[in-house]
Amino acid sequence: MDFPILTAILLAPLAGLLVILTIPAREELLIKITAALATGVGLVLSIIAYVGYDKAAGGMQFTEYYPWVEKFGIAYSVGVDGMSLPMVLLTAIVIFTGVFASWDMHYRTKEFFCFLLLLVTGVFGVFIARDLFFFYFFFEVAVVPMYVLIGVWGSTRKEYAAMKLTLYLLVGSAFALVGIIWMYLYAKAKLGFATFDIATLGTVAYDVSFQIPVFFLMLIGFGVLVPMWPMHLWSPDGHVAAPTAVSMLHAGVLMKLGAYGLIRAGVFFFPEGAKYWAPLIAVLCIVNVVYGAMVAMVQRDLKFVIGYSSVSHMGYVLLGIASLNLFGIDGAVAQMFAHGIMTALFFALVGNVYHKAHTREIGVLTGLAHQMPKVAVGFMIGGLASLGLPGLNNFVAEFLIFIGSFTKDQVLFGFLHFRVLSVLAIFGVVITAIYVLRVIQRTFMGPRDPRWDHLSDAKGVELVPIVVLCFTLILFGMVPSLLIDVINVGVEPLIAKVNAAAEIGGIF
Amino acid sequence: MIENAWLIPVLPAVAFVVIVFLIRQFKMLSALTAIAAMAVSFIISVGIVWEIIQGGATMKKPVEYFVNWLDLPGLNIQAGILIDPLAAAMLFVVTFVALLVMIYSVGYMHGDPGFSVFFSYLSLFSASMLGLVVANNYFQMFFFWELVGLCSYLLIGYYFHKPSAVQANKKAFITNRWGDFGFMLGIFFLFLVFGTFNFGELAKAIPKYDNVAFLTLAGILVFIGPIAKSAQFPLHVWLPDAMEGPTPVSALIHAATMVAAGVYLVARGFVLFHSVETVALVVAWVGGLSALIAATIALVQDDCKRIMAFSTMSQLGYMLMALGVGSLTAGMFHLTTHAFFKALMFLAAGSVIHATHKQNIFEMGGLRKSMPITTWTTVIGALALAGIFPLAGFWSKDEILVAAYTEGAYALFGLASLVAFMTAFYMFRMVFVVFWGDEPEGQHAHESPLTMTIPLIILAFFSIFSGFIGSPLVETGFFSYVYYKYPHPPEPNYMIMISSTVLALAGIGLAWLIYGKKSISAEALKQRFQPIHTLLYNKFYIDELYLWLFDKVMLNISTAFNWNDRHIVDGIFDGIGDLTRAAGARLRFIHTGSLQNYALVIFAAVVIIMLWMAVPALGGI
Amino acid sequence: MITLEHYLILAAVLFCIGLWGALAKRSAIMVLMSIELMLNAVNINLVAFSRFLTPDALVGQVFAIFVIVVAAAEVAVGLAIVINIYRERQTSFVDEFDWLKW
Repeated sequence: MDFPILTAILLAPLAGLLVILTIPAREELLIKITAALATGVGLVLSIIAYVGYDKAAGGMQFTEYYPWVEKFGIAYSVGVDGMSLPMVLLTAIVIFTGVFASWDMHYRTKEFFCFLLLLVTGVFGVFIARDLFFFYFFFEVAVVPMYVLIGVWGSTRKEYAAMKLTLYLLVGSAFALVGIIWMYLYAKAKLGFATFDIATLGTVAYDVSFQIPVFFLMLIGFGVLVPMWPMHLWSPDGHVAAPTAVSMLHAGVLMKLGAYGLIRAGVFFFPEGAKYWAPLIAVLCIVNVVYGAMVAMVQRDLKFVIGYSSVSHMGYVLLGIASLNLFGIDGAVAQMFAHGIMTALFFALVGNVYHKAHTREIGVLTGLAHQMPKVAVGFMIGGLASLGLPGLNNFVAEFLIFIGSFTKDQVLFGFLHFRVLSVLAIFGVVITAIYVLRVIQRTFMGPRDPRWDHLSDAKGVELVPIVVLCFTLILFGMVPSLLIDVINVGVEPLIAKVNAAAEIGGIF
Repeated sequence: MIENAWLIPVLPAVAFVVIVFLIRQFKMLSALTAIAAMAVSFIISVGIVWEIIQGGATMKKPVEYFVNWLDLPGLNIQAGILIDPLAAAMLFVVTFVALLVMIYSVGYMHGDPGFSVFFSYLSLFSASMLGLVVANNYFQMFFFWELVGLCSYLLIGYYFHKPSAVQANKKAFITNRWGDFGFMLGIFFLFLVFGTFNFGELAKAIPKYDNVAFLTLAGILVFIGPIAKSAQFPLHVWLPDAMEGPTPVSALIHAATMVAAGVYLVARGFVLFHSVETVALVVAWVGGLSALIAATIALVQDDCKRIMAFSTMSQLGYMLMALGVGSLTAGMFHLTTHAFFKALMFLAAGSVIHATHKQNIFEMGGLRKSMPITTWTTVIGALALAGIFPLAGFWSKDEILVAAYTEGAYALFGLASLVAFMTAFYMFRMVFVVFWGDEPEGQHAHESPLTMTIPLIILAFFSIFSGFIGSPLVETGFFSYVYYKYPHPPEPNYMIMISSTVLALAGIGLAWLIYGKKSISAEALKQRFQPIHTLLYNKFYIDELYLWLFDKVMLNISTAFNWNDRHIVDGIFDGIGDLTRAAGARLRFIHTGSLQNYALVIFAAVVIIMLWMAVPALGGI
Repeated sequence: MITLEHYLILAAVLFCIGLWGALAKRSAIMVLMSIELMLNAVNINLVAFSRFLTPDALVGQVFAIFVIVVAAAEVAVGLAIVINIYRERQTSFVDEFDWLKW
């Protein structure tokens, strides 16, 4: 038996949590160091797993299997493939930097880090679970600490936002739960034995008439989390209210749970259902992309801009999924990774500015590049990644998604070519440029404003998130094969399954 | 040398990294690093040109090598090097101008707090442009195309404390984004049909493909990229504003990098643009119209950098027109010579600005005495630009006119001749106003330092003599190497030569009469043609139109969307929440909060259940 | 002769007294004591059933001892809560304990 690396990744934050529980609350520095160590171990292990993944062999690797409730076919079963591995790495990076971004947290520090570590345990769990029961279990573990984290440590209408977010997510997951249970029972009847194993469930031939409603349930359930228009409003409100590290984790990773779930528990099980609903996803995702970007353009709060930009960028992920071909889904997963890193960078920087200036108003903050050059550079890199500049990670992802959606031949409503949708999505790149540059121009450029002379540039540990995240963006942007090759290993079997599925017309 | 071509873009990129991360504190060291990297690139480029003259690579047999950058089933993206005479000429021009601009900047940027950063940007800018030049596929071209855009953004906004500079760089980036949008769509279309981005493979596949409508669409979409990048109508609005950057940057943007990228793309993808008549026509007319529009606007501007910006736009229009009518040689030849004299003009303008700290030509005057080197090099540049025999501009412009004439595009030919006249007029208008005339009070100009004047002299030399390499006077010249399909040496058409020279001289003469000798009053002319003057001075109000579209249309739609999001969509979902809450409020009276009430209910329930189980009629036992 | 019925009637009476006390008394202490009465009524039932129905097994008695232990623990917790509430609110009347409604 090899070293159980995935369980170690899962337990690293949990161990950190237990250690923190024994530390007196006044030892803030010690608590922060412990959290950093715990997440650092997780990051190192994730990198080891990422590097150690055998691309030639493909499939699930680093697997572990322990039966738990055999009567219902529940087992603690973990493993990663090309799709989940980048997500694990993403989570590890974001939480590691998130801990450093919350170095200035002084209110109930102990509890804060406890909940943060609990949250991240849940997220890791979702990405490594090979068992649908544990998949859902960890999913809920990730949602609940969020409520407390926003409700207690948030700002700007925090109770409202925390409630809103939790309700949206719980309602969404309730839909997904119904879908999962329904599918479980169906599979049990077909297979003759009960199982929650994802691979085994994937071998069941589901009737098309069964797939269509269940995929819809999954679409609603995970779509809320993505977030798919019009169920997206928890995201800007939640981002704005959440404390820095939670925003980072939330936009950086939690949203990806939705898209990941949609691929893993939606497209993988129900290829025909996916084909049926793909046009709906495509239409809604265009709303996400264009509408989200345009709304972002007129926001006055920095965090709202980034919140809506997330809505817009996650639209690309949905477009990739809707195109249901190799490039599209490769791109979707890559975009999940890229967007996670980028948006975490944004939130870390905005958190830094907000902590010092106590405002996030665009127009009130001006010329910050004079006082905070490093923050400005970081923001610039994030912004450029956001508008899809080559050499940064997002570009490759978006490019793949565009190629994927562009090479899809389908006609919606009898007249609307799928290609038209992808042209609209590509147009989103122009709008993105407008709002990103507008923010950079107003906030960081312009004459020096003496009001902000007391602000100090990022220094010491505050630099960790900026450096790590920028480095990641550039590394995977310059050498995309590092990322895309891994993803492709995971996506190819999925696409083979989709291609083998019967051709049924879309909903429109 | 050709096998070392990959070093050309890599070296400046390395210089960028080194300067940013290691030696930013040491100003002179940073500048030297950037210059050294550029110098080596330049030497390699010269070596490549030399090998090509030896026959190392021709247009038909280019040298190509690559590594896979991204390799998926059905999608192969390469990072490659493609060296043919076209690329070699471009490499030479870019490295040469960039090197001179860097040397010049040592003097110009002296004492600037961001000195090192400036050089790192210049390095990155050159690296991106060189990467674009050696690209062997559309994807790589697009990649560096965007990086060039980014660098121009950084450099135009170099003085980021100036609101106008930040406004200008934003405008440049966004305008270019529109071009990128079209470009990207274009290469997607190409990929959709041909399944490759590689220039060589596409060049083989396109002539065999017969869906004209499709090729037209793809060609025009790709051409949107050059329209934005090379500042052609209607996406030219960013170029004049780009003057907000430091002057060496303007020189680099206008002469060798950025704007030349658009023309280069058209030349590189010549097969695509020439496989369909319509696309070629669009290219030619966009070029021609831009040349005319820019020239008319330049007639009345009073900012010396703006005049030159419009002159660049106009000259680029010439190049595209040449490419559009089918002469790759003429277009690229003009690009080469133009790079020399336009860089010269800008650097000279920088020298003037450096000395006077003014940009409005009517606030200067009589600089001839205090700045002789600048004056005479500028005159050489202006003569070359106006196309006076035997300077470089004469030969290249002549070739374009001949190409238009022999291809039967008489309308374009007439238009180009008119532009030639206007060009001569506005260039010498500037020369006479700035260097002749009376010195205004309080002007203490003095000649610039050597690092600035030496590049001027070198460029002046090239502005005079570079034209001969492509003139009909030599047997093997530019045209024997850079061509499409087969070389066609220029045939001297004396009618055109004479007519264009006469037009240029007429333009200069008119400028002398109005601004030199002042025998015709400029004010009176202005009064007489007031509406036209206003229209031209405001650049046909195109900027205002775009601004209106953005402010009034786009922003209002966005605001409406925002309102919808905040009120309608959020209202519906919050409404569901409120409904639940209201229902709860109605039912809350049941919950008295009193312990004993709850206990009573529990026991009552127990009793009822007990009774129910005890009575057989109700299913009890 | 005392039969099982006698015990059951006694237990029922005791239970009803306890129930009345738990539901009607204002003082929290009285409520707790009434709950003890109810528990003891159950104990009597358990022991009585055990004695009359399965005299050999001691299940009922053992169960009764469990109940006594739990009851002791419950009273300890209950009294602690009551004392805390008293300190906080200066009252030990259950009808004034209405925080469950907000």
